[in-house]
Amino acid sequence: MEIPYTVETRPDTGLNNVKIGIWLFLASEVMLFGSLFASYILLRIGSPAWPAGEDYLDIPLAAVNTAVLIISSVTMVMGWASLMRKKLNTYRLYMGATILCGLIFMVIKYFEYSDKFHHGYYPSTNTFLAIYFTMTGLHAAHVLGGSAVNAYLLGPGTKLWKKNPQMFINRVESAGLFWHLVDLIWIFLFPVLYLL
Amino acid sequence: MSLKAFHIVFISASSLLAFSLGVWALRGPDSNFVVALIGFGACAAMICYGIWFLRKLKREGVQ
Repeated sequence: MEIPYTVETRPDTGLNNVKIGIWLFLASEVMLFGSLFASYILLRIGSPAWPAGEDYLDIPLAAVNTAVLIISSVTMVMGWASLMRKKLNTYRLYMGATILCGLIFMVIKYFEYSDKFHHGYYPSTNTFLAIYFTMTGLHAAHVLGGSAVNAYLLGPGTKLWKKNPQMFINRVESAGLFWHLVDLIWIFLFPVLYLL
Repeated sequence: MSLKAFHIVFISASSLLAFSLGVWALRGPDSNFVVALIGFGACAAMICYGIWFLRKLKREGVQ
């Protein structure tokens, strides 16, 4: 028996299975990070003293990382738009650039974390660093996961393009939605942890 | 929501962040005009990009 609405949209909802599935997943991600942001607010207002982000964190490095993630979102959406125009090679270039941006983000994060450990700053040092490492660590894990999915869609996943191009486009769009959410979370994390 | 619509939401949020960075850099006595200029410039650039992106996809018929 064939599963219905894997590619075509349901007449009543106007959505296919992929779109519903990815948005349910993204809703769970919003709840996960939302709870951490709520924890941050409660910890901060409940604390008699709270350090400024610049006391511990490297703002220029984080700003560069922010720019890298914004560029990666642009390349991701351009890759998807290339597929809509049936240009697989252009898609490959954009998707490769997206993965590269994800890796650059992780390398910068590695240097940022190394610097903290070198100065003796650990999650156990204080509450600020505990919530900083928890939120940025979880976010970095999402960047790694998203990069792995993107790498699959650049490599072995492209075989689907020949068999069922629309299904492949839907998969790339879903990966793009996840990537955008991960980037959007960073857009909130950067000012909250580093600037305020 | 499609990737196209979510991208516009993301670019709007990023523009707001860049503008906030500019305001943040100007606060207090130790204000940094270079960082503020970068923030406001990035905000303007992202607004221009968002308009270009919408026009490009409309021209190419991408929904």
